[in-house]
Amino acid sequence: MTVASLFFYLFSVVLVGAAFMVISARNPVHAVLFLILAFFNAAGLFLLLGAEFLAMILVIVYVGAVAVLFLFVVMMLDVDFTELKQGFLQYLPIGGLIGILLFIELVMVLGAWTIAPEIVRVVDAPVIAGIENTEAIGRLMYTKYVYLFQAAGMVLLVAMIGAIVLTLHHKPNVKRQNISDQVARDPKTAVELKDIKPGQGV
Amino acid sequence: MAEFFAIYVWPALIIAGQSVLLMAVLLVIIAFLLYADRKIWAAVQMRRGPNVVGPFGLLQSFADFIKFICKEPVIPSAANKGVFLLAPIVTTLLALSAWAVMPLGKWIDGTTLVVADINVGILYIFAISSLGVYGVIMGGWASNSKYAFLGALRSAAQMVSYEVSIGFVIITVLLCVGSLNLTDIVAAQESGLASRLGIPWASFLNWFWLPLFPMFVVFFISALAETNRPPFDLPEAESELVAGFMVEYSSTPYLLFMLGEYVAIVLMCALITTLFLGGWMAPLDIPPFTWVPGLFWFILKVCFVFFMISMVKAMVPRYRYDQLMRLGWKVFLPLSLFMVAAVAFVLQIMGWAP
Repeated sequence: MTVASLFFYLFSVVLVGAAFMVISARNPVHAVLFLILAFFNAAGLFLLLGAEFLAMILVIVYVGAVAVLFLFVVMMLDVDFTELKQGFLQYLPIGGLIGILLFIELVMVLGAWTIAPEIVRVVDAPVIAGIENTEAIGRLMYTKYVYLFQAAGMVLLVAMIGAIVLTLHHKPNVKRQNISDQVARDPKTAVELKDIKPGQGV
Repeated sequence: MAEFFAIYVWPALIIAGQSVLLMAVLLVIIAFLLYADRKIWAAVQMRRGPNVVGPFGLLQSFADFIKFICKEPVIPSAANKGVFLLAPIVTTLLALSAWAVMPLGKWIDGTTLVVADINVGILYIFAISSLGVYGVIMGGWASNSKYAFLGALRSAAQMVSYEVSIGFVIITVLLCVGSLNLTDIVAAQESGLASRLGIPWASFLNWFWLPLFPMFVVFFISALAETNRPPFDLPEAESELVAGFMVEYSSTPYLLFMLGEYVAIVLMCALITTLFLGGWMAPLDIPPFTWVPGLFWFILKVCFVFFMISMVKAMVPRYRYDQLMRLGWKVFLPLSLFMVAAVAFVLQIMGWAP
């Protein structure tokens, strides 16, 4: 399929270019915008793989929610670029080392090398015919691995409650609106009429 | 060579032609909806509204269009020029591209009237409409103005909050349908309450607005907030932020923002029609109504929802920001979350789950 491979190279080139611009852009807001472009192209690659559910979820979750909050924070930061650039060479060796390690791991996962030859290789796992990938993911997560999925949900819930507990401060002097109180007020309790003689005031 | 044309060139040309046709018709309809919006607003306030250009002022939107594109675009000197000009284009492009998957009706031979009938259609629309916030944020930030920036920040928080309840409402509808395809969602409303009651001709009772009425209300209000429509137009609140994120825009970029906003509003109307009002189906399943093509019913329902949205604009005062957040997170989120569980429970107990 020539069109599919054409689009593959289009998405891949833009993805790699955008990812490079994320780390090389001088303006942090531009960097976040390039990150969003990279997410988009990754979603395009998912579409080409036939994983349209994952593609849409990637756009909804990462582009629609996470990157918005990223942008939100980055826009309000006052970043000093000269200060940021100073430590660049100092961190270059360790950053490069981590990059190389990740690259080797990826090659090992996707390449011919296997730890145990008898294990069925994950990359070749076939898509069951006649099932949409939305349903296939649903079967895996909510039927086969439902307990692990619930456990992951519990961990996230605990993390969320922890974050709220750590950051919530009850300030004593803050006035809050109590809507039911406001609605329950009637003229009898709220309004008082006074008969004032002219020229005297209250 | 002939094979190459048959496989690649003709399908591409056909899809391009369909898209251009859809866009042209959509934009003309929106021009008149904009006029209708202003007329309704005027009628509620006992004014005349636009009545000068053309008969009854019908051509007002086109006059405005020509005025916008003939003016000079002013770019603030300290603005981030690229992002500043990209923002309105992003807004319009996203709003228009969501229409690609919207099923508008049926041909006589039974195929659906839609540009792309993809099987995750509802997710696609949800994804695209959640990106609408980028146009606002980028425009607000790139303008390098405090009013615009405050508008952008408000908009970011507001649209992300209301997306959550919109997502849960969509999930409740999907539980009743069992498919992410928009055509399937409409088809699932062919039978329902009316056929169970033994009055199959009253097909408007079959649609999801009745069994899922609370969700219908939540979706309608969230759609207003998601499209920055009054009473939730805090990103552009004229009385406090001048015009919010749009304050520095003029001429064609402003036109694109305005256009994108209205396309998004009509998209939300179409989505309400598809999810809750039976899409292209006739309100009564008896001959004089079933003879009318489905496209007509679809447009009629979209216009009805748009009428409700413009009446809300005319009648309801603007929300305060903390009230807006309270409504989104403390009222709609628990309510829609509860309804997801309740609907799933009922479907499972009664054995109605698809």
